Amino acid sequence: MTTRTRIALLVGLSLVVGACGGQAVSPAPTQAPSQTALPSATEAGDARLVLMTHDSFAVSDGILEAFEQEHGVDVEVLRGGDAGGVVNQAILTRDNPVADVLFGVDNTFLSRALDEEIFVPHEAAGLDSVPADLQLEAEHRVTPIDYGDVCLNYDRSAFEAPFDVAPPSALESLGGPPYNGKLVVENPATSSPGLAFMLATIVRFGESGDYTWIDYWRALRENVPGLVVTAGWEEAYYGSFSGGSGEGDRPIVVSYATSPVAEVIFADPQPERAPTAVIDDGCFRQIEFAGVLAGTESPELAGELIDFMLGDEFQADIPLSMFVFPANSTVELPDVFVEHAAQVSEPLTMDPAMIAENRERWLEEWTDAVLR
Amino acid sequence: MSAGWRSGPTPYSAERAASVARSQSPLARRGRLTLVLAALPLAFVALFFVFPLVSILLEGLAPDGVFDLGAFVATLTQPFVIETAWFTLWQAVISTLLTVVVALPGAYLFARYRFRGRRVLWALTIVPFVLPTVVVGAAFLALLGPRSPFGLRLEHTIWAILLAHVFYNYAVVLRIVGGFWAQLDPRLEAAARMLGASRWAAFRHVTLPLLRPAIASAASIVFLFTFTSFGVILLVGGPQYATLEVEIYRQTAQLLDLRAAATLALVQLAALCALLLLYARYQQSAAVRGRFLVGRWQGQPIRTISERLFVALNLLLVAAVLGLPLLVMVERSLANDDGYSLASYASLFDESARGALFVPPIEAIGNSLVFAAATATTCLILGSLAAAVIAYRRDWLAHSFDALLTLPLGTSAVIIGFGFLISLGSLPIDLRVSPVLIPIAHTLVALPFVIRATTPVMRSVDHRLREAAAVLGASPSRAWRLVDLPIVGRALLIGAGFAFAVLLGEFGATLFIVRPDTPTMPVAIFRLLGQPGSLAFGQAMAMATLLMLLTAAAVLVFDRVRTPGSAGL
Repeated sequence: MTTRTRIALLVGLSLVVGACGGQAVSPAPTQAPSQTALPSATEAGDARLVLMTHDSFAVSDGILEAFEQEHGVDVEVLRGGDAGGVVNQAILTRDNPVADVLFGVDNTFLSRALDEEIFVPHEAAGLDSVPADLQLEAEHRVTPIDYGDVCLNYDRSAFEAPFDVAPPSALESLGGPPYNGKLVVENPATSSPGLAFMLATIVRFGESGDYTWIDYWRALRENVPGLVVTAGWEEAYYGSFSGGSGEGDRPIVVSYATSPVAEVIFADPQPERAPTAVIDDGCFRQIEFAGVLAGTESPELAGELIDFMLGDEFQADIPLSMFVFPANSTVELPDVFVEHAAQVSEPLTMDPAMIAENRERWLEEWTDAVLR
Repeated sequence: MSAGWRSGPTPYSAERAASVARSQSPLARRGRLTLVLAALPLAFVALFFVFPLVSILLEGLAPDGVFDLGAFVATLTQPFVIETAWFTLWQAVISTLLTVVVALPGAYLFARYRFRGRRVLWALTIVPFVLPTVVVGAAFLALLGPRSPFGLRLEHTIWAILLAHVFYNYAVVLRIVGGFWAQLDPRLEAAARMLGASRWAAFRHVTLPLLRPAIASAASIVFLFTFTSFGVILLVGGPQYATLEVEIYRQTAQLLDLRAAATLALVQLAALCALLLLYARYQQSAAVRGRFLVGRWQGQPIRTISERLFVALNLLLVAAVLGLPLLVMVERSLANDDGYSLASYASLFDESARGALFVPPIEAIGNSLVFAAATATTCLILGSLAAAVIAYRRDWLAHSFDALLTLPLGTSAVIIGFGFLISLGSLPIDLRVSPVLIPIAHTLVALPFVIRATTPVMRSVDHRLREAAAVLGASPSRAWRLVDLPIVGRALLIGAGFAFAVLLGEFGATLFIVRPDTPTMPVAIFRLLGQPGSLAFGQAMAMATLLMLLTAAAVLVFDRVRTPGSAGL
């Protein structure tokens, strides 16, 4: 299994392909419709910029077009699954990248991405408007673009008359009555909000002392009728949560500080008050970064795109496109956002290096305590 | 008269017939011809499957060019790996058996009886196949979760997983076995009955031996699917269940541990290779030349009370297993606060109320159709070539070829996606970021369906018909066109229908491929479900219902296309 084997394999394969010559290309007619759209990040001088991102990336029509017109360049958006998958793909293609800019690496994957040296530094214009606590990396290899808080959401109707129970005010109170059997969480091993919530409990309860984070999870699990764990956010929110558009029977769910905004906007007719609300204790902050990928042939243009993403136009579009807060603090938030989103004043955070170092062990301990 | 017909209902007839077939098949001698036929599918699978797969496995297992056996063994012998592998295996075996048992009566029903709505129902059975697991998971939760109308609490249990696997794979068995069955001459069984065999004995000794290759063919696909099950396990099964595929995803997307992922992928591959070789051996011994209908035969009407009962029970089963989850989805797409309306559908097409979609639905539908058509065409070309080689050659080379073409179906989608990324960059044209990659990935997944639907039929065509045509002066190509095509064409279309459906449903195959922003219907559904909001949820269900209708319509069209003189459904 040496380089030589690999070369031999390559040669062999190219022989196979070469042997059938034109034939190998013969299904071309079926592919014709898309051939005009062949983008290439690596061919110089074709004025194309490729932005690699995760599936949750969204931007309103006309925003990226403004950048394209200003710089005479086509911006191609590539999507590659969830945030972790995208980072891993960027690492794999380090030597021959498919994109110029990567957006969507968050603080839970940041350390790994930096260690693998997939980014080159770029000090973005407009960083002055970004609060210092979002700027986790001093060498400007990545630039914070947005942030969001993973918080517990609750179903308002379950905590109003005739039920006569106050919604929980802190993480601690969930471990016992009257909140037994009311919580649904996502598996931190398969879900990004699930991971954020697990990290929040680690920050809050710690790994040592009388009552550790594992004790907390044991308490959540052992209170009858117990904890519901789902693989992803969709099943937790739509399937098990009872509030808003949820169809389940659990009134508390791990979601985002901005989820009530979406409950208002994506309802017809739009309600005055969101059917769900946020518990602003025990929220974990997720910060999303963008960076210029090492190996790009247009580092300057790539840097311009990052500047643009930190600029007013793009930043102002972030709240209602991706339902997170813009990193640029001078941007005015839409009214509906201000009214229905929770602005968490003291979110829990953790050093990315510490997350990278312990992630696997914590996941293992969590799985042992909660699922096995 | 075919061998299977003449030698009667002895258990040895199959073997004898196969050996006769082997020694006489004229095309078997035309080695050079089959090599030419094989070149195109072989090149395709070498370039887009073997090359990426080997690259990513090497990258994972020997990142510095040195294979670390110690680390490999250490990963393999971890208790959770052994546990996961064992669970993966047994749930796949049980899911496969269950699907075959549940779907076989259905295959008989559709193959032999004529009843109102048969064609539409036949087309509808393929619908589950295209639905994203998020949608199916939601429907299953509604039926088996805390608000179950039947008071069943099966969510997050192995029962829910098995049910979901039957739901997804029913059509595989129904269509492959039913399609084959419909073309078997019913007079074979009738003759056995006339000679005094009971209905069961006639089935057991005449029909079953003839059906076996088709059953094995369908079962092998169901096994591959359930062995690499991902979405169903995560969404329906819940967090305490993990297949190798789920673990590979976790290692690559969450822990970024490529070595562990590659090791697990290798285990998965080894298991599937073993299965496919067994399958190939079985197919070789089980091929019996049947007697096929060439004229049109529409099935018999339902007459007796027991027939009525059989049909009713069968339709009830289909309604329960396949119909209910689909019904839940349609119900959700119509429901709103004040009852039922078409509001969700209307808002899908209303630019101002586009909601969380960010994609014009027409564009998503158009993209889906273009990609599906591209995939179906590629699959038909490559699939018919490959099936011809596999059916007519019948030696170990052909079997390995068959296994190789089937492997992509059972290979981790994450691994292939990552493999594309690190290998295809070295080609003259950088395909990694091209939309062409999407039909390519889907062709890999859909090709086995075309081959599986076609080879059993091709193999069973009585070559003496072809020889008779030759004696009467037909050229080999004309003989093939007149004799084989009418019979094989039907099977090819069944396979192409699957290929079309595989693409409409995206199937998770593109989930892990970096891809340009060409939103398809499943992508739109994912995005709609990415945010809270009752409108977004309604729109997602409406989009899923449209996907269902589109699939049913497409498959109905495929089923209507008839090759001249073809029989069957």
